[in-house]
Amino acid sequence: MSDSVWRPTAPLENLRRRATLLADIRRFFSERQVLEMEVPILSRRATSDPHIDSIVADCSGDAAYLATSPEFGLKRLLAAGMGDCYYLGKAFRNGEAGGRHNPEFTMLEWYRVGWDDHRLMIEVGELLSWLLRISKVRSYSYRALFLQHLDVDPHRASFEELKATVAKVLELSFEPAGRDECLDLLMSHHIEPNMGEGISLVYDFPATQAALARVEDDELGVPVARRFEAYVGGMELANGYWELTDAPEQLRRFEADHCYREGNHKPVHPFEERLVQALEAGMPECAGVALGVDRLLMLACGASRIEEVIAFPIERA
Amino acid sequence: MASYSTNEFKGGLKVMLDGDPCSIVENEFVKPGKGQAFNRVKLRNLKTGRVWERTFRSGESLESADVMDRDMEYLYNDGEFFHFMEPETFEQHQADEKAVGDAAKWLKEQDVCVVTLYNGAPLAVTPPNHVILEITDTDPGLRGDTAQGGNKPATLSTGAVVKVPLFLEIGETIKVDTRTGEYLGRAKED
Repeated sequence: MSDSVWRPTAPLENLRRRATLLADIRRFFSERQVLEMEVPILSRRATSDPHIDSIVADCSGDAAYLATSPEFGLKRLLAAGMGDCYYLGKAFRNGEAGGRHNPEFTMLEWYRVGWDDHRLMIEVGELLSWLLRISKVRSYSYRALFLQHLDVDPHRASFEELKATVAKVLELSFEPAGRDECLDLLMSHHIEPNMGEGISLVYDFPATQAALARVEDDELGVPVARRFEAYVGGMELANGYWELTDAPEQLRRFEADHCYREGNHKPVHPFEERLVQALEAGMPECAGVALGVDRLLMLACGASRIEEVIAFPIERA
Repeated sequence: MASYSTNEFKGGLKVMLDGDPCSIVENEFVKPGKGQAFNRVKLRNLKTGRVWERTFRSGESLESADVMDRDMEYLYNDGEFFHFMEPETFEQHQADEKAVGDAAKWLKEQDVCVVTLYNGAPLAVTPPNHVILEITDTDPGLRGDTAQGGNKPATLSTGAVVKVPLFLEIGETIKVDTRTGEYLGRAKED
């Protein structure tokens, strides 16, 4: 092992597959008149997401941040009138390394003007079934999935009920701090691995996990985030929103994120106030989704670990 | 004592969990894109041999356990303790029945075993993968049956009972895999 660290960790055949996969993705969007855009990967603003950390660089003596996603840049372009567009390239997240994570990874993110989350979910299903040759696409609400797997309503169950559900299926080294932590544990440790074959689309996430999605009442009158995720073979692949276009609400969420980060002793960096300005100027109603291309390639190659599809993961980068 | 954070957990690392020394078997980083990061860890409790699965928040840490694996020569059993010696320092250690466990039935004097020390005292004993032992009891051999299948139980000098081919006799020495208890062949006479 140690004498061949110059070598790629991925078989060359998987790297050739990467090349055709990237070409296929570009063809898919070209046929649908969605334009490829480049946005800054080195930015003076960082993500505010409570659970995602930016990598900090030094640029001419001042802090700059490696983009954790192309979202802010693409949304500024949408507000400027660009129309349907996508980004296919690198994104960076600090501290994320493991069997399905590398701090530097390839992300596909695209926006559809005038669409909502349900319309975009259909397109995500089409892209995935075409690329992976999988015909089985199912969709469930977040609530239906929790009821089916754990017999608990994720929106209405109390913190105590959720803690008891976690205790039934998992052994923890810590006491869960809140409802969302319980839901994250149940989703990632219990539901995700048991989703089964095919493409699963999950929509209507808890309002407390809205991130940059709009929040609306569902058919039972419960406020839910118009956010969805795509999973294939028990692996999380994509996360999409019916995008928030309300500037004051966007500003409130940035500020709430900063509060959370301060309270949890996480680094606090300048947030993207130019996104708030773009929303003020008027970003069109749209839906957007981000998809992990390395994981998509893992599925296409039948790989079980991310280093089987990345030439030089962080240990060799 | 040093401590290790979840991002340093890797197979073989010895840590303390709930007051017991454990060896990490597997560490999986689990993070929903928009959710909190966790580490799902499998650990073997070195006292009981049981494997636990435990989820940590990423960034949590565990104290390291003072556990070391040493090659030692097995000397003798005094009826209560099994005695081992480090070949370089001649330092001797005594292990009780609990530490030796199932390994006892494979221990032959002068064989080199792996003795796991916890705070300097034997916690577990792993016999060599292959041992050569004498058959002390078995049914009489059947001549001319070397090619046919079929086997019979044989008791070995250390007390272990293994299945051997029908043609083997009392007094013969055989090679056995201690991990599976499987007969591997007659020991070469030299």
